[in-house]
Amino acid sequence: MKPLLEVKDLYVEASGQVILQGINLGINEHEVHVLMGPNGAGKSTLLRVIMGDPRYKIVRGTIKFKGKTIDSLKPYERARMGIAMAYQTPPKVSVKLSYLLNKLGNPGSDDHLIELLNLKHLLDRNLHYGFSGGEAKRAELLLTIKQRPELALLDEPDSGVDVDSLAVIGKAINELIEKGASILLVTHMGHILKYLKRVDVLHVIVGGRMAYSGDPEFIDEILSKGYEALFNKVV
Amino acid sequence: MSRFKSLRERALKAIERPPEHGPDLDLSEYRIEEPGYVKEEKLSDLPSSVLEKAASVGIDVEESEVSGTYFQVDYEVVRRAVVERLRKRGVVVMSIIEALRKYDWVKDYYWRAVQVDTDKYTAVAELYLRHGYFIYVPPVVKVEEPIQACLFVSCNNIAQPVHNIIIVDEGSELNLVTGCVTMANKGLHVGVSEFYVKRNAKLTFTMIHGWAPRFDVRPRAAVIVEEGGTFIGYYVNLQNVKSLQAEPKIVLHRNSTSYYTNIIIGKGRSMIDIGAVLIFEGEGSRGELTSRSIIDDESTVIMRGTLMAKAPRVRGHLECKGLLLSDKARGEAIPVLNSLSKEAELTHEAALGRISEEELLYLMSRGFDEEEATSLIVRGFIDVGISNLPEKVRPSVISALDLISKLARG
Repeated sequence: MKPLLEVKDLYVEASGQVILQGINLGINEHEVHVLMGPNGAGKSTLLRVIMGDPRYKIVRGTIKFKGKTIDSLKPYERARMGIAMAYQTPPKVSVKLSYLLNKLGNPGSDDHLIELLNLKHLLDRNLHYGFSGGEAKRAELLLTIKQRPELALLDEPDSGVDVDSLAVIGKAINELIEKGASILLVTHMGHILKYLKRVDVLHVIVGGRMAYSGDPEFIDEILSKGYEALFNKVV
Repeated sequence: MSRFKSLRERALKAIERPPEHGPDLDLSEYRIEEPGYVKEEKLSDLPSSVLEKAASVGIDVEESEVSGTYFQVDYEVVRRAVVERLRKRGVVVMSIIEALRKYDWVKDYYWRAVQVDTDKYTAVAELYLRHGYFIYVPPVVKVEEPIQACLFVSCNNIAQPVHNIIIVDEGSELNLVTGCVTMANKGLHVGVSEFYVKRNAKLTFTMIHGWAPRFDVRPRAAVIVEEGGTFIGYYVNLQNVKSLQAEPKIVLHRNSTSYYTNIIIGKGRSMIDIGAVLIFEGEGSRGELTSRSIIDDESTVIMRGTLMAKAPRVRGHLECKGLLLSDKARGEAIPVLNSLSKEAELTHEAALGRISEEELLYLMSRGFDEEEATSLIVRGFIDVGISNLPEKVRPSVISALDLISKLARG
């Protein structure tokens, strides 16, 4: 198995505050990783740092993608290398969804996903202008898939989403998995997991540190006992 | 005193009168030559440099998708033609000078919607009339394939005063596509346009301007929309221009409708003062005025808009939005709502802003570099009013908007 993403001893600051401390994370090609943790643990931050958000500063450690250090690359350079992200709370963007999809290339190739994700009625609207929570998640996923990523960073695709939407979001993620993309999926409550065809590795971040990396079966214990009970001792 | 004589006298009195808005110009800086001939050339006989420029403002130089053409270069009308089918039904495309000579009734429309003594620019158009187009569509004739008009300036330091009259008679329809463009560096274009949309008629008018950094432009236009009529106007300025000032007036009679859109790019040191006045004269009339400006470099763009309600049950909406792409650019929005009727509903939205960092970052994470992301946002920002246009005129407007988004890469 070839390593795709290698995060080594990563320390990250924003506005002078340390958010991530000594994170290690390795994702191989075609692997599905799930990242959990309590609110404010640093899950979204890790995704944004991997994507290259300039508001975060790497103070120590490195991020490698396909063997190349990407720490100083701009977000679009990382995107062009094969990383894509579905935002948890995306900004309003004054570009029509259909126009953006076209600009991402492969016109027509993902029409079935527009149907599946029930986004047809939003194609002519500016992205995320007046979208409901579920619509925003589905649009983010569509755009991410459209980028044909080798690594998809999915930031809480299941939060604030009803059961029907969860099922279609699960189907769309499975399609990404079938296409061979590696996935790093952040979930707070784990709702989406039962819809996924496969999860290879589970990680838990608590207080900016990686508290667990291993067997996904551990999810059940997290959900029944809670982070506090489990990780006060570990951290 | 004959009407023409009195028009001339009023024009003479106004020849020094500065405009209400926008920078004043010294007209003695420009040369005006005698009016040229009216010719019957084919567009393909024109130099390719002229045709390329004309195509850049949406003119169909092969004339394959249009039903008529008026093409004027400087002071000469090089082509005016209408397809046989429409000519037989009484559709007219010719020079205004020809029309005034040929049809006695044309004088009843001449300087009726626009006042000849508005300012020095209307005055110069009367005193030095150098053609312009006259288009007439008789009652109940639907001209679906657009008629196009191109006013072209090829020589430096000249002023081109033209007067256009468009009459769409009762129950008729016309799609008029116009492009004004120059290959000179310095010059002045003065275009008086009077539009008459008669009862239950519909006129769609698009105008794309491609000027030059030392060019001044002063259109003076008014539209009279009679009962049940519809006027859709779409104006795009897509090049650097020294100064541009226009504020067309649209008078809406009973149950008539108008949608008017201005899309402006300010580049270089352009000084642009643009707007429109919608006057709701008749009960039940409706209108929308939408302006979008991309304000770049050291340019200034002032967006004006006035809605004036004079009758009950009228509805009007005004939107002026500007996107500033440079620290030295300046934008101003001046929306005015004026109601003389308690049953009128007038609303407005105005906003001036910059592209948000978060929006840029989002698009960059989708693989677009900074320039591409800016251009995408600009394209989205100016993407308004297209759905009001008939299918046949959309492509030229869409390619003009595409061009703006390429020019506005910050």
